[in-house]
Amino acid sequence: MRGTTAQQDLIRGIWRENPVLVQMLGLCPALAVTNSVENSLAMGIATFFVLCCSSVLVAALKRFIPHEVRISTYILIIATFVTVADMTLEAVRPDVHKALGAFIALIVVNCMILGRQEAFASKRPIGRALLDAAGTGTGFMIALVMMGGVREVLGAGTFLGVSIFGPSYEPWVVMILPPGGFLTLGIWLLGLSWWQKRRAGDGDAAPTDAIQGGGA
Amino acid sequence: MSGAPPSGTSAPGTPPPGTGAPAAAPPVLEEPHVPAWRLFSTLGAGGALAGLLLVFVFQLTQPAIQAHKELMLQQAVNEVLGAPERYDTLYLVDGALTPELPDGVDERTLDRVYHGFAADGVPVGFAISASRPGFQDVIRLIFGYDAATGRLLGMRVLESKETPGLGDKIEKDAAFTGQFAGCEPPLVGVKGGAGSAPNEIDTITGATISSVTVLRAINDAVAHWRPALDAYAREHAR
Amino acid sequence: MGDLLWIFVSAAVVNNFTLALFLGLCPFMGVSGRVATALRMGLANIFVLTITSLCAWALNTYVLEHAPYLRLISFIVVIASLVQITEMAIKKLSPALFDALGIFLPLITTNCAILGLAIFQTNRGYGLFEGLAFALGAGAGLTLALVLMASIRESSELADVPDMARGTSLVLIIAGSLSLAFMGFAGLLSST
Repeated sequence: MRGTTAQQDLIRGIWRENPVLVQMLGLCPALAVTNSVENSLAMGIATFFVLCCSSVLVAALKRFIPHEVRISTYILIIATFVTVADMTLEAVRPDVHKALGAFIALIVVNCMILGRQEAFASKRPIGRALLDAAGTGTGFMIALVMMGGVREVLGAGTFLGVSIFGPSYEPWVVMILPPGGFLTLGIWLLGLSWWQKRRAGDGDAAPTDAIQGGGA
Repeated sequence: MSGAPPSGTSAPGTPPPGTGAPAAAPPVLEEPHVPAWRLFSTLGAGGALAGLLLVFVFQLTQPAIQAHKELMLQQAVNEVLGAPERYDTLYLVDGALTPELPDGVDERTLDRVYHGFAADGVPVGFAISASRPGFQDVIRLIFGYDAATGRLLGMRVLESKETPGLGDKIEKDAAFTGQFAGCEPPLVGVKGGAGSAPNEIDTITGATISSVTVLRAINDAVAHWRPALDAYAREHAR
Repeated sequence: MGDLLWIFVSAAVVNNFTLALFLGLCPFMGVSGRVATALRMGLANIFVLTITSLCAWALNTYVLEHAPYLRLISFIVVIASLVQITEMAIKKLSPALFDALGIFLPLITTNCAILGLAIFQTNRGYGLFEGLAFALGAGAGLTLALVLMASIRESSELADVPDMARGTSLVLIIAGSLSLAFMGFAGLLSST
């Protein structure tokens, strides 16, 4: 972790250490609210906001927070920003707030946010903490939209509310119900690990093929 | 959370004091003994700041949130009562309806109905909310009821988690929701479009439980409110 | 009475916390390897959920009436502290019980099922007994899901699964099938 450049701090969380798809953090919201792209985006933005604000504040206050009570203090900071996000969303977009329900409040217990405070923001300068938070938050949003996109297209035949397949499409309703969440994430992970394996195995894949070809 | 074990499990990567790592922030405080007053004052100051910020945002957002809630209620009442000129809120206190709040009673703990009036001051009917466990979770709805004729004026589902595509038609299918105006409870569900009597409602194919839940919620609510509504109407007819 | 039973069954199977509401996924993924561990985790969960329900009810009734904006902060602070105090008390009073449940207690506190229970209970306006029925139902549902998952994983341990599907993606796909099965409980208590 030491000696990373600012660019690495920003990029890392987006894909290579993606919080949902690689580190398996924040699975509750990633499964629960991703039944449409709009809900996924709203959840992603709220989490992004909370993560950036908390990281900046923790990085700014790190000298004043005694080690023994650091976790309690982080939770206090995170809970404050979550409440701010909750009330703001309810005032600005009440319909989205209603759709997300209790899951906005549950951002507090998203281990991804606490994890970034403990592992990064509490020991780095403010600027770096903000970059790291922005990268991780973006990665979280990308994962959520990947889930929400698949589920909404298959489960409702729409993307962001715009019909894709036309009226003759019979929606695959189970995809926007809870089982669809588990299955979509499971299949995304399967696909990603297949892709990674193929990329890593490119070098020695060719000889194997040759041997098999020779045997046949 | 405070459930974390005390120091000793500091996160990996904390630079040991004095190594002077180039990009590292100042070493995290790791003195073995931090006086208790410092812990208290940190948490206290943090709590106070958090409270201040929240009160500020609360003041800022509350008007919009309240306005939206009132608008939603108004829309629902307008829909089920057929756009009345105005409506009053009546609270149920000791089995009787009254427009005034008794002293010292919290408004939120009281059951209530909304009494709508047409432009010439003639009462239109009452908007009553009801709820009942449906197929998946509780279904909450509001309906308009004319106590004088004993007929419904309209129905709207406020909240349900029924299956998308089947059960949620109780909310979205106008062919179902449109049947309620003019019906006379107690309602009975019938299948296959056979409903013709004033108390029969066609249930939705594939969502019988959800449909019947709506009917039963209305029947129960009418039975529950009927005495109070009649008493109120008698009193005000005089 | 019928209401309490409905709340219990709804939270336990129809709207199962893990398989329908996605709450408490961390232990569901993490400690579902062995049935014995899963069972103990489930019992510890029931315990913490019950305490949480009592706390949330007390806070809602006596404190938060006047300051709704402090709800989230006070829930999380009070619940976490109370669980820690209980943990210390158990350690002192019953070392055997502590060995069985103790190590799970701090883990559970940061679990979204706990805060989720407190928030749902508040949003639905449950009273003391309704809250307790809800907490017991939720705990029973979590335990059921954990134990089911653990027994499936135990018996599929030696199955010939492709390498890349091992681990989380297999667990998720099994969870999807379980969740599909649990959808069959919908309509269980609603009259036809």
